[in-house]
Amino acid sequence: MINLRINGKQQEVDVDADTPLLWVLRDHVGLTGTKYGCGIAVCGACTVLVDGQPVRSCITPAASVSGKPITTIEGLSPDRQHPVQRAWIAEDVPQCGYCQSGQILSAVALLKAKPRPTDADIDEAMGSLLCRCGTYVRIRRAIKKAAAIMAKEA
Amino acid sequence: MGSDLNLTRREFLKVSAAVGGGLLIGFYLPGRSKFGAAQAAEEFAPNAFLRIAPDNIVTVIVKHLEMGQGVYTGLPTIVADELDADWKLVRVESAPANVALYANLAWGGTSQGTGGSTSTTNSWEQLRHAGAMGRALLVAAAAKMWKTDARALRTENSFVIDPRGKRRASYGHLSTLAATLTPPKKIPLKSPKQWKLIGKYVPRTDGVEKSTGKAIYASDIRLPGMLTALVARPPLFGAKLKGFDAAPAKAMPGVKAVVAIPQGVAVVATDFWSAKQARDKLKIEWDETNAEKRSSDELFREYHELTKTPGAVARHDGDLAKALAGAKTELEATFEFPYLAHAPMEPLSCVVRLSDDACEIWAGSQSQTLDQALAAQTAGLKPEQVTIHTLLAGGSFGRHANPVSDYITEGVAVAKATRELNAPIRLLWTREDDIRGGYYRPMYVHSLRAGLDKRHRAIAWQHRIVGQSIVAGTPFAGMIKNGVDATSVEGAANLPYAIPNMMVDLHTTQVGVPVLWWRSVGSTHTAFSTEVMINELAVAAGADPVKYRLKLLKHHPRHRGVLELAARKAGWGKRLAKGRYRGVAVHESFNSYVAEVVEISLDGDKVNVERVVCAVDCGVAVNPDMVRAQMESGILFALSAVLYGEITLKNGRVEQSNYHDYKVARLPETPKIEVYIVPSRAKPTGVGEPGVPPLAPAVANAVYAATDRPVRRLPIKL
Repeated sequence: MINLRINGKQQEVDVDADTPLLWVLRDHVGLTGTKYGCGIAVCGACTVLVDGQPVRSCITPAASVSGKPITTIEGLSPDRQHPVQRAWIAEDVPQCGYCQSGQILSAVALLKAKPRPTDADIDEAMGSLLCRCGTYVRIRRAIKKAAAIMAKEA
Repeated sequence: MGSDLNLTRREFLKVSAAVGGGLLIGFYLPGRSKFGAAQAAEEFAPNAFLRIAPDNIVTVIVKHLEMGQGVYTGLPTIVADELDADWKLVRVESAPANVALYANLAWGGTSQGTGGSTSTTNSWEQLRHAGAMGRALLVAAAAKMWKTDARALRTENSFVIDPRGKRRASYGHLSTLAATLTPPKKIPLKSPKQWKLIGKYVPRTDGVEKSTGKAIYASDIRLPGMLTALVARPPLFGAKLKGFDAAPAKAMPGVKAVVAIPQGVAVVATDFWSAKQARDKLKIEWDETNAEKRSSDELFREYHELTKTPGAVARHDGDLAKALAGAKTELEATFEFPYLAHAPMEPLSCVVRLSDDACEIWAGSQSQTLDQALAAQTAGLKPEQVTIHTLLAGGSFGRHANPVSDYITEGVAVAKATRELNAPIRLLWTREDDIRGGYYRPMYVHSLRAGLDKRHRAIAWQHRIVGQSIVAGTPFAGMIKNGVDATSVEGAANLPYAIPNMMVDLHTTQVGVPVLWWRSVGSTHTAFSTEVMINELAVAAGADPVKYRLKLLKHHPRHRGVLELAARKAGWGKRLAKGRYRGVAVHESFNSYVAEVVEISLDGDKVNVERVVCAVDCGVAVNPDMVRAQMESGILFALSAVLYGEITLKNGRVEQSNYHDYKVARLPETPKIEVYIVPSRAKPTGVGEPGVPPLAPAVANAVYAATDRPVRRLPIKL
């Protein structure tokens, strides 16, 4: 039994300790917004926040994050009103959409650390996430828009 | 030539017997049949693409796969505009597999599917009529209700309005009455001036669900009692299962079955991780007798040899031999293109629920009726016993449009082999399964030879292509005519440049590696070799590459239009910052015209693409922002192939396995991209693919400008 705090909710799951968090989320908890893309932490589709930090859930043993606050895309906001989501929707970022949960959560972490990110900051924070549809142009734009929204509403 | 090629495509993409093409609006008698989609009893459904409920919700049924390209937005826009619907009330639903109602009209109307950048173009008239029919019936209903002349009524934002009587009724309110009426024979369509949505900004209908984790892909489907299957496939293409020891895998927790299927050995477990760990424990013996064991370098050597002999002729204008003999100078170039994987972010997946007399499939189905037919064949059922639920696809780029429905039939095979478990089966592929799974863009070698007269004018052009056929051995094999697979030579056989003596021929090779269409198909390689060669002809003539092309494109105004627009917006001819170099290319694919001007810089042996200026002529741009998005997308997709894309074989084994060694472009490598759309009243044509072809040759031409070294292979290695 592993105790997980997912999106503010305490959950007990009966899995092997080394089961990756990704598959606990998807197959045991039923939160399918977090995606499998590579299984080796090189694409970022599985990114979730643990203690507010972006983590590749596909290589993170579930037991290693026991008790820590985990945020998945489903828990980012109850009403899709997180500034990053609003910016994403306004810029029509998603195409196929499959990688976007990981992109959005990575952007959330970036903006928390750097509320006014430079292009270099965005390159660094987002440079290890893949999008095969090539939505990068809009991801960059949306991050800047989200930063502006957050600054205005702060 | 473009349209001729498309005629060929249309002609041969017929999988079954022909029916008359033309306008098809699935028709049904009011209040009687249903379309298989979830229709509430009171809903007004004037045709197979439209339903209006008493609560005013307008549901547009989309027959195409949404894989990112935007059909769930662009196609409803067409219906909603003619209907004069309030866009906020429009919902989207995917169509069931039904060839009579939902066939792709660009494919002769005999098969339902998405590909060849045809979704908008084949739906254009069909959906305009679908919307207009709905509007006409709602107006007729209002006229009947108010006992007034329909001609005095107008529509706006989901209301019928009577300006004289100063009254209005919502579409929802009128829907019940409208459902009892017969549509008029002649239904007028709007003039472009009357469009309210077409050509304007309309946000994506799937933007919210894709930004909140709510979008459902096949791998997200959860059914009661569902089990997860992973399949161990042969390490070599063409190897066969000889024997296996299931015991170690079967002993693993959560494992329910380990079974042989035609594709390999399936491990069925309660969840992915259990299935994956059990699959890793399998001990399998493969019979490699008839497997493909050649390496990429051996294949390239064989292909190069073949360029020395004539192939099947795809085009011959004038007298090539004579022109070459009389040429003052000659230019020659040979190009190599590797296998490429599609590598969509979502690995292949489908969910199959099989019973004795029915089969339900949830998938990002790109060829619904073919998938249905082949699933039925695998299951031993009739096609009508197979239900296809088309979900969003997490990318495809051609991978889901598999003529043998590989991942669908695999899922059905697992379900059939584990019938005694009586459980729905979710088939998942790992990324390694995907990268090593074949169905690649084929390898090619191109050899080009051009003859110039004493005034440096191109008088002869010989283009020889060597590579596998995508359609050979598939239901689409009819596309091969006189030994020429049209998809191998498209973009080359219809070269638009005015060169009087021209020959394009083809050697189709036999290799045991399964191949498939990959975003922009033949143009992925033909645009490269032709646009690099034409650029070198311009350089040889001491001419400006843009002006040189324009001169040879006298009879191709749409090529010229995009080329001139891109050049102007890019500041072609103006001085560049130090260390920046420009390149250009123009190419038509799928009846859309795209020119791209790139600026690059060099950083050691790395090419940085700094800026791309793209001009596109796709006829009416139904949703201009989505056209821009698809150009951006095509450019990035091509950039991955320029910088990294390469699947290589070593003694038949695929050397790459995941995104770490099959790299794709990332955000920091993304150039500044500007997209300009040529204003047009022409019928809309596709944008999913045509942004791809010009990028690689434009970059290569910039590299040549920077280094004086011509580029002869992809990916580009300095």
